[in-house]
Amino acid sequence: MTTRRAATEPRPVRIALIAVALAFLFLFLGVPLAAVFVEAFRGGLAAYSGALAESETLHAIGLTLLIAALVLPFNVAFGVAAAWAIGKFDFRGKSLLVTLIDLPFAVSPVVAGLLFVLLFGAQGYFGAWLKAHDVKIIFAVPGMIIATLFITFPFVARELIPLLQAQGRDEEEAAISLGASGWQMFARVTLPNIKWGLLYGVILANARAMGEFGAVSVVSGHIRGETNTLPLHVEILYNEYNQVGAFACASVLALLALITLAAKSVIEWRMRRETLTLAAALPPEKTT
Amino acid sequence: MSRRSDVLPGFRLGLGYTLAYLSLLVLIPLGGLLLAGASMTADQFWTIATDPRALASYRVTFGASLAAAAINALFGFIVAWVLVRYAFPGKRLIDSLVDLPFALPTAVAGITLATLYSSNGWIGQFLEPLGIKIAFTPLGIVVALTFISLPFVVRTVQPVIEDIETEAEEAAASLGASRWQTFVRIIFPAVFPALLTGFTLAFARAIGEFGSVIFIAGNMPMISEITPLLIISKLDQYDTPGATVLAVVMLVISFLLLLAINALQWWSVHRYQGEPGELGPPRPVAATTGAAA
Repeated sequence: MTTRRAATEPRPVRIALIAVALAFLFLFLGVPLAAVFVEAFRGGLAAYSGALAESETLHAIGLTLLIAALVLPFNVAFGVAAAWAIGKFDFRGKSLLVTLIDLPFAVSPVVAGLLFVLLFGAQGYFGAWLKAHDVKIIFAVPGMIIATLFITFPFVARELIPLLQAQGRDEEEAAISLGASGWQMFARVTLPNIKWGLLYGVILANARAMGEFGAVSVVSGHIRGETNTLPLHVEILYNEYNQVGAFACASVLALLALITLAAKSVIEWRMRRETLTLAAALPPEKTT
Repeated sequence: MSRRSDVLPGFRLGLGYTLAYLSLLVLIPLGGLLLAGASMTADQFWTIATDPRALASYRVTFGASLAAAAINALFGFIVAWVLVRYAFPGKRLIDSLVDLPFALPTAVAGITLATLYSSNGWIGQFLEPLGIKIAFTPLGIVVALTFISLPFVVRTVQPVIEDIETEAEEAAASLGASRWQTFVRIIFPAVFPALLTGFTLAFARAIGEFGSVIFIAGNMPMISEITPLLIISKLDQYDTPGATVLAVVMLVISFLLLLAINALQWWSVHRYQGEPGELGPPRPVAATTGAAA
């Protein structure tokens, strides 16, 4: 193992690098994460639970959950459809399509919100028509749902496309040639193969949907008790110098973030394990 | 995968749904923005886009984003290196904590950082006597943007370091290279494309960021006002054309960065033979089984 030693750094360098990395992560991640909870409980447990039991806070939590529940099914359906077409078939313009699917990640959340103000706002392209038919989208919940759809659009598709591509077509073709219907093939062959990737995408999309601030802020109008999601409520409370209330709500969102990270790690571990089992079962040749 | 006369069903359904949904939700709204921008005269557009307050907001936004991306390039590289090459207690926990900025809502990050770095906050109180003010100054923007773009460099560089063949390093060492020479000649060139990709991703994310910045920035026009905030304040004053112009400027820059990122990723994959360093969780099978690379 002498060559092994030659290919690493001297011990003091290693220790120094570990110290620098940990100090950086501690300062930028550890301290803020701890601060959220310390600030939330600064006024004691009673003040904390009191802040969360406020009717406006409860309404904000409810609206946040509602928006996520309405948005996710659409983006899951889209993600599966896009990944199926892109991952299993060849067609012209495929890489352009993949780039276009990534577009919402490149757009600033504020610009994303503005897009829908330009379409559905009072002076927007459809503004007059919507007003005549008494439909309210901007400064109302529908606008917030549309903005969240846009922001979380790529997550599921992005996880599934490489997965379906890597798995190839053999298993599905076998199912079809053995007489399975399209839906049977999807439910029995494709879905079990992609379930972890799908869950991974859903969890990331969910975290973003529940935490989105910029895009939703532009289209919400900030009407308390009506168009306030939890992140927007955090802003209102903070600007009113209600430190405990703001951090109590923030701690709920931080807890959601921690759960997301934990779920993500578990899924990554499972996917890695399945890849390894799969790799062990296959002959060691590459098919590219 | 060649085009076969189709055994598998669902191509038309899948592609049709994808294109319809993509058009309705993404392409038509983006087209609407570009159309609104194009309906102005070039003069009008240019006047709004280069107004002193707008120019100052670009300087703040791009300057702070560059600084944040640079900080993350340096420390992200060290973090990725340490996570791949060294063993220390709590490594797996720390590894998963790196993604915290992706999972934590930006408003939470914003109020927390503003509280920490204010003059009586946990961190701010130690900087205040040194004459360093972070909250409510442009430095605060850099701190917020460093936080939200922290995972990008780590997550793009990490898989590439994992894929470096230690044999090359050992060979270099046995031929008499010092560890520093090995780093400069072998490791750094292999990591560089991924590092640049991570830097650009972090930068692209930072210029559009809003939620975490507004709480800590102070938001003073000409000094600490970012472009996304200027868009919102124009909207609040019913200056839709003004907001549209700035949004078009930001959108064009985002598109250019997206193109740059795609080009960089292509470069980092094709530069060396072997497995592409993937962004996602599924690790290349061949790299783990030791198949010829």
